[in-house]
Amino acid sequence: MSEVQQRSAIPGMTYRQMESSVELDHIPHPEHEELLTLNLGPHHPATHGVLRLITTLEGEVVRDIKPVIGYVHTGIEKNCEDKAYWKVIPLVERMDYLSYYFNAMAFCGAVETLLDIDVPPRAQYLRVIHMELNRIASHLLWLATGGLDLGAMSVFWYGWRDRDLILDLFEMSSGQRMHPRYFQVGGVAEDIPEGFEAKCRAFTAQFPARIGQFEELIDRNQIVLERLRGVAAVDERTLLELGVTGPLLRAAGNPWDLRKAEPYCSYEQFDFKIPVGTVGDNYDRYRVRMAEMLESCRIIEQALDGLPEGAYITDNRKYALPPRHELATSMEALIHHFKLVTEGFRVPPGEAYYPIESPRGELGCFVRSDGSSKPARVHMRDPSFVNLQAFKPMVQDLYIADLIAALAMLDPILGGIDR
Amino acid sequence: VPDATGLELLAGELRDADPEAVVGTLHFRGKGAIDVAPSRIRPTLRFLKERGFRFLASVHGLDYYPEEPRLGVQYELLDMRQVDRLTVRLRVPTDAPEVESVTPDWPTADHQEREVYDMFGVIFDEHPDLRRILMPEDYEGHPQRRDFPMGGEAVLFTHNEPHLPGWWQP
Repeated sequence: MSEVQQRSAIPGMTYRQMESSVELDHIPHPEHEELLTLNLGPHHPATHGVLRLITTLEGEVVRDIKPVIGYVHTGIEKNCEDKAYWKVIPLVERMDYLSYYFNAMAFCGAVETLLDIDVPPRAQYLRVIHMELNRIASHLLWLATGGLDLGAMSVFWYGWRDRDLILDLFEMSSGQRMHPRYFQVGGVAEDIPEGFEAKCRAFTAQFPARIGQFEELIDRNQIVLERLRGVAAVDERTLLELGVTGPLLRAAGNPWDLRKAEPYCSYEQFDFKIPVGTVGDNYDRYRVRMAEMLESCRIIEQALDGLPEGAYITDNRKYALPPRHELATSMEALIHHFKLVTEGFRVPPGEAYYPIESPRGELGCFVRSDGSSKPARVHMRDPSFVNLQAFKPMVQDLYIADLIAALAMLDPILGGIDR
Repeated sequence: VPDATGLELLAGELRDADPEAVVGTLHFRGKGAIDVAPSRIRPTLRFLKERGFRFLASVHGLDYYPEEPRLGVQYELLDMRQVDRLTVRLRVPTDAPEVESVTPDWPTADHQEREVYDMFGVIFDEHPDLRRILMPEDYEGHPQRRDFPMGGEAVLFTHNEPHLPGWWQP
């Protein structure tokens, strides 16, 4: 047998030596117990993407954990600097690939702040409808895959079934099931088609009963309950220090929700509650997200009831494309169309940070403009990226089986983490 | 900070505590920003934390190329009781890109400062674990800098791996 060639990024060093992050000296453990470093991922179905976890085990108990990320880093933020503002929207949508409407909203909001333009009320309501549908879809996928991790296979199939209804609605209004490029700077790309409202109402009428079905599957399932209750609890203070927001923070009893605290996109006009937990364990995280889906359902119904008449995008032709029929009759419209499609619009120099409440927490988009038609810097403060830091306090001194359940309840999206 | 007056009052308080800390202020589109000297970032942020800005929402890096000093780091602070946001900004040159780490006061800055280091090469002194986070460990350069070229890198596949020399060597 020929000798196997060892190849390493740094000659003379093994991969174990290169992982300088793994230090075992600081972990107190009895002399007779051996510490074992176990590599979880990046290609593992329970890591919800390509998350790699270097876990240090003492027997079956997790003593230390280091997340290693960057496996799906695609340089989206760098690419955004080479695109006109309206062409950035499809790129940022692909960051957190389960909450695409939120990514687009954060970016459009930041650009609208820089441009200082108003969004018509109908566009704001349409945005709210789509964002809340997206929140339900994202939470359903969390529920489905989380159920799969806990061995609740039926929840997995039923979760996809209901999520598909929402994707059908997205396809109807924007032509795409995912990454629809529906939100534009100044409004939305198109008005909702005939029949969308009826189909959406049919969904919201049926959805609370579907949540009831999930709860019947899970709420009295002893296996699921024992794996969720009292597991991976982190107190509110630690979470705040680690910058954790969203359902994880609300599960610990802090009712921080940007939709209520700093209303954007006319959220102040809707009547909804913020579900909070008590102790912040996995069970609270599960209950908070389930209750959030019902609240989102109520918001959608209110938005459909009060959907204002009027324009769906700003009538400022410097930033929004003119209607198609005007191009045949108006020279000015043709010029505006040509300028927008070739160069794009210019944005006054400045910096803006626009935070919104995504399904996973505070999603903030930072945009710096240097006065040209391309952004000089786009940065997403992605909630998954920050929340992942709370994973170590969550799972330290737990069994490795609970690590999988805790990761499912943390709900990280690696596309958002790595960007 | 809701208005420019409140921002100036806050900056005045910071100047009283340390005359050299605040370099300038900016109130733009309803939001306040305070420019601080890079060496004073840790005491400034600690002072603001005691004033109620207890939540560090985000740390992001910027490259102001071709302006000098080129690199910038911004800290988005949030006061959850008053529901108030404030940006603290600093600028460092590329030949001495050193900033004190704020991780002792804000553990959340750990990953975010690592990202700024990875993408812009800003070195955060006393950071507990300053390594690359998104790019590979053996990557050269800081790709988010404005003078870093886009798309000049060959994509590695199994078929061209032997013909791309030196990628595994330092």
